[in-house]
Amino acid sequence: MGIIKAEDVVYEYIRRDEEGNVEGITKAVDDVSVDIREGEFVAVLGHNGSGKSTLAKHMNAILNPTEGTVWVDGMDTGREENVWNVRQTAGMVFQNPDNQIIGQVVEEDVGFGPENMGIPTKEIWERVEESLRAVGMYQFRKHSPNKLSGGQKQRVSIAGVLAMHPKCIVLDEPTAMLDPNGRKEVIRAVRGLNQVEGVTVILITHYMEEIIHADRVYVMDQGRIAMEGTPREIFSQVEKLKSLRLDVPQVTLLAYELKKQGVSLPDGILTADELVKALGLE
Amino acid sequence: MLRDITLGQYYQTESIIHKMDPRVKLGGTLLYIISLFFFQNFLGYAVSVIFLGIVIRLSKVPFKFMVKGMKAIVFLLMITVVFNLFLTPGTPLVTLWRLTITREGLRMALSMAVRLTLLIIGSSVMTLTTTPNNLTDGLEKMMRPLKIFKVPVHEVAMMMSIALRFIPILLEETDKIMKAQIARGADFESGNLIRRAKAMVPLLVPLFISAFRRANDLAMAMEARCYRGGEGRTKMKPLVYHKRDYAAYACIALYLVVSIILGRLNLWGSM
Repeated sequence: MGIIKAEDVVYEYIRRDEEGNVEGITKAVDDVSVDIREGEFVAVLGHNGSGKSTLAKHMNAILNPTEGTVWVDGMDTGREENVWNVRQTAGMVFQNPDNQIIGQVVEEDVGFGPENMGIPTKEIWERVEESLRAVGMYQFRKHSPNKLSGGQKQRVSIAGVLAMHPKCIVLDEPTAMLDPNGRKEVIRAVRGLNQVEGVTVILITHYMEEIIHADRVYVMDQGRIAMEGTPREIFSQVEKLKSLRLDVPQVTLLAYELKKQGVSLPDGILTADELVKALGLE
Repeated sequence: MLRDITLGQYYQTESIIHKMDPRVKLGGTLLYIISLFFFQNFLGYAVSVIFLGIVIRLSKVPFKFMVKGMKAIVFLLMITVVFNLFLTPGTPLVTLWRLTITREGLRMALSMAVRLTLLIIGSSVMTLTTTPNNLTDGLEKMMRPLKIFKVPVHEVAMMMSIALRFIPILLEETDKIMKAQIARGADFESGNLIRRAKAMVPLLVPLFISAFRRANDLAMAMEARCYRGGEGRTKMKPLVYHKRDYAAYACIALYLVVSIILGRLNLWGSM
């Protein structure tokens, strides 16, 4: 069993009208099974309302499945006694950087998680330093979070989770509110964690460029997993992606159109360099 | 424009008073204020003025910052002085029309004025030299015994520090909403008081909605980072007494003894 395993997970919520009468039941997550191995970089892709964030919240025991089971490192997230261990094992970074920073100074915020876990003071300081260095924010440790850019704030949030020494990090659209530069910053930091520190990463996103470096991609639509595979496998199915209302990176799209016109090219080209090479233009 | 508002009145500089444990400063300020109400002659006030003068000197905060706090209470001070001056019965000194200034009244008014001034300046020394964060920490630790009476001390302190963190964010948001509403023709400035209060509605409603949304997000983020109240929590920056803090306690004790003994000497007969 992998570090995170979900089996036949269904999550329902009840829609109510303004008087509180039940209007109907919506299945935000519908019969989803995933298995994520330790050290993997997995991306979950989907447009708004596809259920990807709901699925992410199951991995941190914030939500419990209506049906089915989620295991984090072998622990059933539905059991009350496992909740805190689950949250320690699978850290979570949210979308809005302002709404998840608790401390008034960067280093205090990073120390918040370890403080909650009851780590001795000396070790908290070691963890804070090491986590801030891992995301490249050490020189900002004395700053107020209000004075940082969006990308920097998100890196502080990642450091805050990292200081809890989780085995895996779930990032729920960490770049949705950032500008392109901030987005790059955060994705670089996340990749670094995965490759250098060996942390399992689950990245929830709707930006196609961000999944290029993932080991595996799940594409979600209407609460179900619509596609699964390596980024290359996913991107080679341009028509299907379009039908799921997802954009394909420009280079991939260009290669796809060229191929349709009869240029001989391999499937699923992900970067400009690859395309140049495949066209023999170097 | 709204961003420029600084919170509290912390004055950043390096001094022995700044470095002191917040508990010493809180306790010291409280004792100092209490001591002001013990004096029966002006000798006591003289001692406390000298003591405060030394503390201000040590804190390296310019005196004009202390006086700033006074502006807010000038009106209150005037009323107190005037009422005490004219309405205290006793031996008449001067009579102006129907109002009489008595010897006792004069003394009472003066001592009230000095008392209030010292009280305000004394407590602003504390707020000027302690960050709001430190203050919350100090309060939490000092109030810990109240836990026996089921007072949620840790929770209150946590709420205070979260509020402090979110004030600048909400101010910025207010600014944004205000601009957005002005762009749609909202008018926040003209009209009488009632009209202006009504004009605030389109500002306050979105602000409250967003504040609740933020609170919800924050609660989730805190839980995701294993927050479960004060039980079993360790501190990254625990409050530890140093030598200088014990020395400060000793100084405060010494001041209390000296000032109260001198302040209660019967120099001019009872007041």
